[in-house]
Amino acid sequence: MTATQERPSDAVEMEIGRDRRRKEDQRLITGRTRWTDNITLPGMLHLAMVRSPFAHAKIASIDVSAAKASTNVVDVLTGADFGEELGACINAWPITPDQVTPGHSPMPADRVAFAGEIVAVVIARTAAEARDAAELVDVEYDELPAALDLKKSAADEVLAHPDLGTNKSALWVFDSGEAGTGGNVEDAIAKARTDGIVIEREYRQQRLIPAFMEPRSVVVDPTGEQLTMWSATQIPHIVRFALAATTGVPESKIRVIAPDVGGGFGGKLQVTPEEWIAWAVGRRLGKPVKYTETRSESLMSAHHGRDQWQKLTLAAEKDGTVTGLKVELLADLGAYVAIVGGGVPVLGAFMFNAIYKFPAYHFAVQTVLTNKAWTDAYRGAGRPEATYAIERLMSELAAEVGVDPLEIREKNWIKHEEFPFTTVAGLEYDSGNYEAATAKAKEMFGYDELRAEQKQRRDAGDPVQLGIGISTFTEMCGLAPSRVLGQLDYGAGGWEHASVRMLATGKVEVVTGASAHGQGHETAFSQIVADRLGVAFEDVEVLHGDTAISHKGLDTYGSRSLVVGGEALVKAADKVIEKAKPIAAHLLEASVDDIEFSAGRFSVRGTDQGMAIGEISTAVFAAHNLPDGAEPSIDAEATYDPVNFNYPHGTHLCAMEVDTETGAVKMRKYVCVDDIGNIVNPLIVSGQVHGGLVQGIAQALWEEAVYDDAGTLVSGSFVDYLLPTAADTISFDVEHTTTPSLTNTLGTKGVGEAGTIASTPAVVNAVVDAVRHLGVDDIQMPCTPERVWKAINGPGSGGATEGAAMPHFDESEPGQSSTEGAGA
Amino acid sequence: MTRITLTVDGASVSDDVEPRLLLVQYLREKLGKTGTVIGCDTSNCGACTVHLNGTSVKSCNVLAVQADGAEVTTIEGLAQNGELHPVQKSFRECHGLQCGFCTPGMIMQSVDLLNNNPKPSEEEIRLGLEGNLCRCTGYHNIVKAVQHASGQEMHA
Repeated sequence: MTATQERPSDAVEMEIGRDRRRKEDQRLITGRTRWTDNITLPGMLHLAMVRSPFAHAKIASIDVSAAKASTNVVDVLTGADFGEELGACINAWPITPDQVTPGHSPMPADRVAFAGEIVAVVIARTAAEARDAAELVDVEYDELPAALDLKKSAADEVLAHPDLGTNKSALWVFDSGEAGTGGNVEDAIAKARTDGIVIEREYRQQRLIPAFMEPRSVVVDPTGEQLTMWSATQIPHIVRFALAATTGVPESKIRVIAPDVGGGFGGKLQVTPEEWIAWAVGRRLGKPVKYTETRSESLMSAHHGRDQWQKLTLAAEKDGTVTGLKVELLADLGAYVAIVGGGVPVLGAFMFNAIYKFPAYHFAVQTVLTNKAWTDAYRGAGRPEATYAIERLMSELAAEVGVDPLEIREKNWIKHEEFPFTTVAGLEYDSGNYEAATAKAKEMFGYDELRAEQKQRRDAGDPVQLGIGISTFTEMCGLAPSRVLGQLDYGAGGWEHASVRMLATGKVEVVTGASAHGQGHETAFSQIVADRLGVAFEDVEVLHGDTAISHKGLDTYGSRSLVVGGEALVKAADKVIEKAKPIAAHLLEASVDDIEFSAGRFSVRGTDQGMAIGEISTAVFAAHNLPDGAEPSIDAEATYDPVNFNYPHGTHLCAMEVDTETGAVKMRKYVCVDDIGNIVNPLIVSGQVHGGLVQGIAQALWEEAVYDDAGTLVSGSFVDYLLPTAADTISFDVEHTTTPSLTNTLGTKGVGEAGTIASTPAVVNAVVDAVRHLGVDDIQMPCTPERVWKAINGPGSGGATEGAAMPHFDESEPGQSSTEGAGA
Repeated sequence: MTRITLTVDGASVSDDVEPRLLLVQYLREKLGKTGTVIGCDTSNCGACTVHLNGTSVKSCNVLAVQADGAEVTTIEGLAQNGELHPVQKSFRECHGLQCGFCTPGMIMQSVDLLNNNPKPSEEEIRLGLEGNLCRCTGYHNIVKAVQHASGQEMHA
């Protein structure tokens, strides 16, 4: 029993489960904010970066004289001006022992490997003067052939890094037969070829850009004993470690602060060249420096996400019972192996089998270097790609068998009474109830009515057809059990740290190693601690994002903050109670065995005597009357290493209208029922789901980072990279079923990535479902009107669809040539 | 340099500025009005939206010299005498913000929208906010916040 559960029913309302308005909002809605770019320090200098316009080129010479002579320019530095103090951008996850990893200097002196790479930095008294002077830096390049297309790069036709001799970075394989978690997939496929069903597909995960709203910014202040970096980052602790590891500054001399951070979605889970250059310049000049990127720089050089070709083979019995799944991926790393890098597709390796009982499974990913922006985590990181593949395949299987796609899923999914369930990928799913979530979603959606309308429209030959898309997803989140990360050769652990400080006035300070950038930790964590310690929600202050305050932590990504960081908080709070107990007993003149803690009060069993925990805090502060030998502190800290991932799941249903005459698609309805275990704050959860949905829907319908055949990012501004607006989207119907997680005290599961992971296949399944009767069984993402129209009207009505989302129908128009989807 | 004199959030200010200086840079760099932020360089995102003589403008799309003699209201001047504007309250009430970076512009645009159309439909709200990008909320709760501020019934 937890302390909070013992609270009498007439006591104050429980905080957990309450739709508290956010503590963070008062500042944010009044403009009282601390974005990194807001920070101004005395004598601060401003940086502007000179970036390569070429995807791959030797740097022949750099003439900085005109720039240096410009008004108020302090210096112009190139890679050659720095030695080892510039450090390196690290890869923390070499996925195989023989992974080919190019060295990654923040500012290479000899050769650039993607368009947007930094070759020089201008330091001036104002940002405008720095930018003006950057235009005057004269760089001579000797252009080299660029490796751009993913499939051609995998064949080593052109080398992204000639010295390495290959573009193939690592081949990571999981095989259920070899691992002992299942059978041999080749046997299953061979059997299905003779008397079953084999579904073979190749899907494209297009390249996406995280496109957080706050451009990245970094301020470095070298004037104190600790060198301080403010950065718009998700990972201040990891940045601090990497600075120490690569720039020779002792970790204890480095303070990294993530102040208000405007969104990340994985895009600020990185150690960036810009941070490292600002660090080196600040140290060299002994002056505070600031660099804030423009949006175009952000889109061009901050890491991208996804970018895979997925070759998939699903084997099944004739009745639709699945018997095997084989997954062969090509994953584009871009020019360098980023901090997580090839680990992103590996995170998906455990999720292709999803909620289904596959007896045999084989997964292989070949990571490939190209001369494009590096790729790394973007909301979901590996799991959206996996979920897309399996949920598209299950709908294809249903079409092949000729049954409703929900029926084929139910036939194959893990039944609620079968938990805990060890999957063919070797994970143990602790809890779930796919039947309950699906039943609720069907009812909310009006599934049968919409199917009836769909039939009506088909029968009537309506030019606007209706499609229904399904995604019954699960994911693994709460990164991560350190032991598992170790087995996967990840360079760090997956624990989280928290401490609880009991202040003399009865207020409570909570320090967390998680680093929020929009998630609402200050509110949700206050609710958890308020319940646990029986103190007022308003009396809890949550501190985070500053390595001098939160000295230990592994930051925020992978839907880990609540399920790992929140559990650390619970453990720290419980330690506070245990430390306070003997002091309460002493002050109440009772035996420790007779002390009970409930609703913030220590009381003596069977009496009306008691003290509030805040009174104990005050007494401990004074320390006048403590038990002999007692430490005058009830503060506590805890570091929690999760025992397992956790597995949120849900059923997403999407109705799309497709105009068969124009190819235009329109979302009619979207229902999702997510099971994320116990909910701390339903308001915050709804926001996470809505935002996640739109990012996933945007992959299905709108977004794609497109390079031209010279390796220039064509979608390099918000004019060209199609972020959805309020006018493009609809309101969603979001509900929940609850199967508490069994692997953490609060019974919670992660929610930050769920919407993004689930929604993409639901939307594409709906679009394909609308036109399947016209002979279409696939449309490549994003499902632009052009691609949809071509799928309907293409050769054989629905054969191969156009590779790239280029805005012209006329093949002779310029701009048709693109590296994206060239294999289609 | 050109001399400009204007009113920002109720205070009279006067400065010599470069003619190329954008209003948003003037607000942030000269006046320290860092509540107004810059999210892009193509006037797509609307994060820098302020009111110029009572009408919403993207302050990255206005030169500081064009604001000479004008009255500018930023997110920092919206609350009066410590009392939040109803739209600010609604954004908090309906969880219409997460990271908060688009929020200053989104709120200023919503205020302008409601000034012109006090009882907008959901579609009118969505079209009225089309020039403001948000990456966190999926717009669902922003739309609700504007509906709530207009005193209309909300959908779930």
